[in-house]
Amino acid sequence: MDFSFTEEQTLLRNTVERFVQDKYDFETRAKIIKSDDGWRKDYWQQFAELGILAAPFDEDHGGLGGSAIDIMVMMEELGKGLVVEPFLPTVVLGGGFLRHGGTAAHKAEVIPAVIGGECVIAPAYAEPRGRFNLADLETTAKKDGEGYVLNGHKAVALGGPWADKFIITARTSGGQRDEQGVTVFLVDKNTDGLSTRDYPTVDGYRASEVMLDNVKVSADAIIGDVDNGLELVERVMDEGIAALCAEACGVMKQLVDKTIAYSRERKQFGVAIGSFQVLQHRMVDMYLNYEQSVSMTYMVNLKLGEDATERKKAASAAKVQIGRAGKFIGQNAVQIHGGMGITEEMDVGHYFKRITMIDTQFGNVDHHMRRYAALSE
Amino acid sequence: MDLNFTPEDEAFRAEVRAFLESVPPHLRGVSRRELSKEGQLEWHRMVFKQGWVAPAWPKEYGGTGWTTTQRYIWQEENAAYEVPIILPFGVTMVAPVIYSFGSEEQKAKFLPRILSGEDWWCQGYSEPGAGSDLASVRTKAELTEDGKHYIVNGQKTWTTLAQHADWIFCLVRTDPNAPKRQMGISFILVDMKTPGIEVKPIITIDGGHEVNDVFFTDVKVPVENRIGEENMGWTYAKVLLSHERTGIAGVARSKKGIERLKEVAGQELLDGVPLSEDKGFMSKVTELEIDLTALEFTELRTLAAESAGKGPGPESSVLKIKGSEIQQRLTELTLEAVGHYGFPFLGDEQLDGWNESPIGPDYAIGSAPSYYNTRKTTIYGGSNEIQRNIIAKMILGL
Repeated sequence: MDFSFTEEQTLLRNTVERFVQDKYDFETRAKIIKSDDGWRKDYWQQFAELGILAAPFDEDHGGLGGSAIDIMVMMEELGKGLVVEPFLPTVVLGGGFLRHGGTAAHKAEVIPAVIGGECVIAPAYAEPRGRFNLADLETTAKKDGEGYVLNGHKAVALGGPWADKFIITARTSGGQRDEQGVTVFLVDKNTDGLSTRDYPTVDGYRASEVMLDNVKVSADAIIGDVDNGLELVERVMDEGIAALCAEACGVMKQLVDKTIAYSRERKQFGVAIGSFQVLQHRMVDMYLNYEQSVSMTYMVNLKLGEDATERKKAASAAKVQIGRAGKFIGQNAVQIHGGMGITEEMDVGHYFKRITMIDTQFGNVDHHMRRYAALSE
Repeated sequence: MDLNFTPEDEAFRAEVRAFLESVPPHLRGVSRRELSKEGQLEWHRMVFKQGWVAPAWPKEYGGTGWTTTQRYIWQEENAAYEVPIILPFGVTMVAPVIYSFGSEEQKAKFLPRILSGEDWWCQGYSEPGAGSDLASVRTKAELTEDGKHYIVNGQKTWTTLAQHADWIFCLVRTDPNAPKRQMGISFILVDMKTPGIEVKPIITIDGGHEVNDVFFTDVKVPVENRIGEENMGWTYAKVLLSHERTGIAGVARSKKGIERLKEVAGQELLDGVPLSEDKGFMSKVTELEIDLTALEFTELRTLAAESAGKGPGPESSVLKIKGSEIQQRLTELTLEAVGHYGFPFLGDEQLDGWNESPIGPDYAIGSAPSYYNTRKTTIYGGSNEIQRNIIAKMILGL
């Protein structure tokens, strides 16, 4: 067992940390999320130049050959800055699908484009009536000669407005919630019949509803095996959870630190409110929740390579911890900031908005409690 | 970063298991019940012969020189085999103070006897007027005119297993006029056979006799039994308290406890169906299990930092708070799980060696007393509220 970081990991962390400090201050971010595009494409290019987009990919495809821990340290720093550029959808999820299920052609063509910052990927796995069940699909993909025809409605694809390609889960056989019959497709955004409705999200991102109306794709679009895609989807989503937990740690760290700092400055009854024991203990509990979340984030990132049951349990356990801790820390950070905590002008509210939505992303506490319990039987 | 066990680690685990296999049945599975003095000593001597009593000590004094991973394996296997714990008072609490601040004579005299189990130690910290506010100790130690002895007068309380103890380490007031209360305290070691010491039992709500009052009336203690300098005891005691807290998490044992709890839930019936299939109950178990996983990795992080040369600092308060809360929830859920058979109270007869047929299922025995008893964990070793004060001050800088 070893809990130390490699030099490369420390370097990656420092790179992202510096980027966030220099270029992603609160005012800059406020401008970015209010702009028409909702992101900074030039920043995305800088990510490419800094090697941030290359971290998890094999050296054969131009990557850095990094591990989950490399992703973890970067996500934590991105979380501290509430960075909205689509690292998680494109590199972690999109990259995950390509790495674990992509054909040789996908790997040779798409991965270098991702690394170069020329290809943004948005996974569209959720559906309006599927909630958190990744197999509950009304979207269909019907065999049509050598290819497939896709029909359906995919919900809340984060990063969708910026995407060049979508990763779409669809049912190729079986009943609506069967584990068998799920297939993963990589589809260009400009494919005929694919349309999107783009919108901002409450936490500063952009997302799309993706409508599929007789979208014809070739068999080359398939990632992984026909009908047996669910395991791949679950694996990539678990990796997404591991990365999201790290982002959440970055967000929570800011909420805890900012609350402590504020409590030292803010005076009521002639003294700093941080001198009140009732608030001190509340902040200690915020800190405890944060520390436990860091531990769980290490745990899940270290266990991604284990067998499927262990990996799923680790991901669900971590997501439960992050969901509960995030709620506690977020709500109390706002409470201790008083009225200022619910103003748009103060950063703490924006961290609160993001940590709140992190609970929903990839399934909330209740969902993962159930998943964990089912896996423990 | 990785969680891999090296071939050396696996070989070590095999060695640990071979040793634990040799532990006689009467010492196994009793960690959840009280163990007699003889049983405790028998276990201590077994581990001593193996050379494994004090994994955390520096090697020169008899430590094992184990890596973080080896210490983790040792704890985990101990819990899996349900062997007793090594009592912390000598090995974990007073010994680090002796080897850190004691004289060569004190080290030579006390450390080997702590290792071998020859001396049973107890802790003389709390007093009727000094609980969470430990610095207000009033038990006083006055130097005799020849400067060779202290005369100790006062009362210590909550003294765990003092009824068996050969020695007690005490915080005593040597300078009642010190400008700060923390400054007038000394750390002394007292032979329990010294005339003037009286031990009176305190019976706790689980019916057990674990803690005591200890009265000191003109007790004569040689000055060479003082650790370090006079009036510096508070500094030494603080070091001791943070050592006390690292062991307090009890992760491996709580893991085993959850396994047991699931077994119980598998046997208790609710509408003819095992309780383990009841979603309401099991979601509480799942929550506990997830919290424990987080604590396990927090402890691993702390151990890793410790082996990288950072001694246990205020972070150990985190382990104390979370560990004690989890232990309490575990006994709470176990009591909930056993239903009606939480009621029977057989007191001392439950100690090992009792041959009557039990009332109710075996797993229900002692579940209520154990729940009652475990209320202590958030109170002792500095209450959890005090731990939060420590974190607020030392870590958050408030």
